[in-house]
Amino acid sequence: MGLEPYLILAACLFTIGLFGVLTRRNAIGILLGIELMLNAVNVNLVAFARYGADSTGLVFTLFTISITVAEVAVGLAIVILIFRVRRTVEADHLDLLKG
Amino acid sequence: MSLEAAGFWGLALVLLASSLAVVLSKNLFHSVLYLALALVATAGVFLLLQSEFLAAVQILLYAGGVITIVVFAIVVTERLVGERLTQTNRGIISGGLVSLIILIAILFFVTRAKLPRAAPPLAGDLTETIGRDLLTRFLLPFELLAVLFLAALLGALYFARKEE
Repeated sequence: MGLEPYLILAACLFTIGLFGVLTRRNAIGILLGIELMLNAVNVNLVAFARYGADSTGLVFTLFTISITVAEVAVGLAIVILIFRVRRTVEADHLDLLKG
Repeated sequence: MSLEAAGFWGLALVLLASSLAVVLSKNLFHSVLYLALALVATAGVFLLLQSEFLAAVQILLYAGGVITIVVFAIVVTERLVGERLTQTNRGIISGGLVSLIILIAILFFVTRAKLPRAAPPLAGDLTETIGRDLLTRFLLPFELLAVLFLAALLGALYFARKEE
């Protein structure tokens, strides 16, 4: 097995996640898309670390996973707060900052 | 076909199908469950790449932690709004077009690059290497991560607290 299949798989995952971020209306749905994109990046990092025989990618993946968990916790706290104030989670309706 | 290749293609199939289900499913709750499947399949890919430790972290933190938080958030917000959350996609054509162009651009570079045909032999236990690197080369980022977690914890608490 070469490195190429892993990179192609990660590219497909990344663009699927991007598609979700671009098209979802629901703020939680957008967060799920971001999760997919980050996940694709992790696949890339681990694959490069294995095939390049360099452990930096593995450590970096560890950091990405941990930071993603923190990001999701804060992101969902914000979503819950927005729910309380605006009673909606549609990203299109959250235009309070629009000039 | 070798065992590794068979495992890879099986995992890739599950991964792509569940990822598509995450972004296309009408029911938000189903999306989250498909995301859990995709994350576990990714842990399988990590296993194929001989990173057992990362596979365990992936399942514990991602498939365990993130999914729990998201499910919890959905349950809380559904109760707040008092109706079932359905979700739809908008701008499928333009969104799909942008994604497709980026995919083609990435694949263009990936297929033209000179990539190794086979993985080099393992120098040693990868888990041991990660542990050693984390406490030597990456000690400062490692400690900063703890600060970040504290900030995230306080931030999440601050946002989600009850109004006085």
